[in-house]
Amino acid sequence: MRRTDPEPEPFRPTALQRALLDRFQRELPLVPRPYAAMAEALGASEAEVIEALAGLQAAGVLARVGVTLAPNRVGASTLAAMAVPKERLAEVAALVSAFSEVDHNYEREHRFNLWFVVTAASRAEVERVLATIEARTGLPVLDLPLERPFKLDLGFPLSWN
Amino acid sequence: MLDPVDRRILVASQDGLPLTATPFADLARALGLEPREVLARLRRLKEAGAIRRIAAVPNHYRLGFLANAMTVWDVEDGEVGRLGRLVGALPFVTHCYRRPRRLPDWPYNLFAMVHGRSRTETEARRREIAALLGSACRTSDVLYSTRILKKTGLRLAGEG
Repeated sequence: MRRTDPEPEPFRPTALQRALLDRFQRELPLVPRPYAAMAEALGASEAEVIEALAGLQAAGVLARVGVTLAPNRVGASTLAAMAVPKERLAEVAALVSAFSEVDHNYEREHRFNLWFVVTAASRAEVERVLATIEARTGLPVLDLPLERPFKLDLGFPLSWN
Repeated sequence: MLDPVDRRILVASQDGLPLTATPFADLARALGLEPREVLARLRRLKEAGAIRRIAAVPNHYRLGFLANAMTVWDVEDGEVGRLGRLVGALPFVTHCYRRPRRLPDWPYNLFAMVHGRSRTETEARRREIAALLGSACRTSDVLYSTRILKKTGLRLAGEG
């Protein structure tokens, strides 16, 4: 089980790193040299942008520069929740995380304390994963598929202090 | 919607693009494709809606956004479409979805993710959502995340 607890001291990005996160959370230029295009927009050099991004990645601030797929456009997915007795949480969380179809497995403060996304090639496959988790843990799983998105964008203003 | 070449490109790029001057050309080389083709296919997948975005994805915890809450609301069925759009338009809401209720365990049909630097900030934002929903909302709850146990981004299997 991977723990990524909040760090006591947040990372302090440089001015260029802040600008990169603010401007390019939503869209990377789809051109042959995207980092050069970003550099031009920010008045920096291509090498400085690459170095700043590498620094953010090394500090764990940047999860990745990459592709985010839309849910339910390539296959099927659902949000699932379980109410796991405290003494079984580590065991059940590890069992759930071990599925390659499971992503975004979060512990939350609630009676329903384990929340995760199941993504597979089809709705039938999603249901098979949920049924397998129920059978292996002996605990029911809430199946909460997306019915209608009102906002999907993950980017948000970081409002630097 | 995805042909086998699209799928190979997405599988190869979902962990992140290389931090090199020519990331798409390097990706193309690794896959034995033309750089121009990789870019054209990514653009097409973006336009078709299969890719939501190609961007720098931050880890909010490391930036000091420690109070990350899933707020959930039981909103009248006749109002949830209109109100969901209003909640989704709030700048501090990062995702907003309608999902099915599962009675009696789960009465909530509207989900809104709120990120804040502190619980005080996040609670103030939750009150803003409550004010917006007004009497159309019967009951609500908030679930703070305490641990990320697995987060890899939406995955495509390498096969199939």
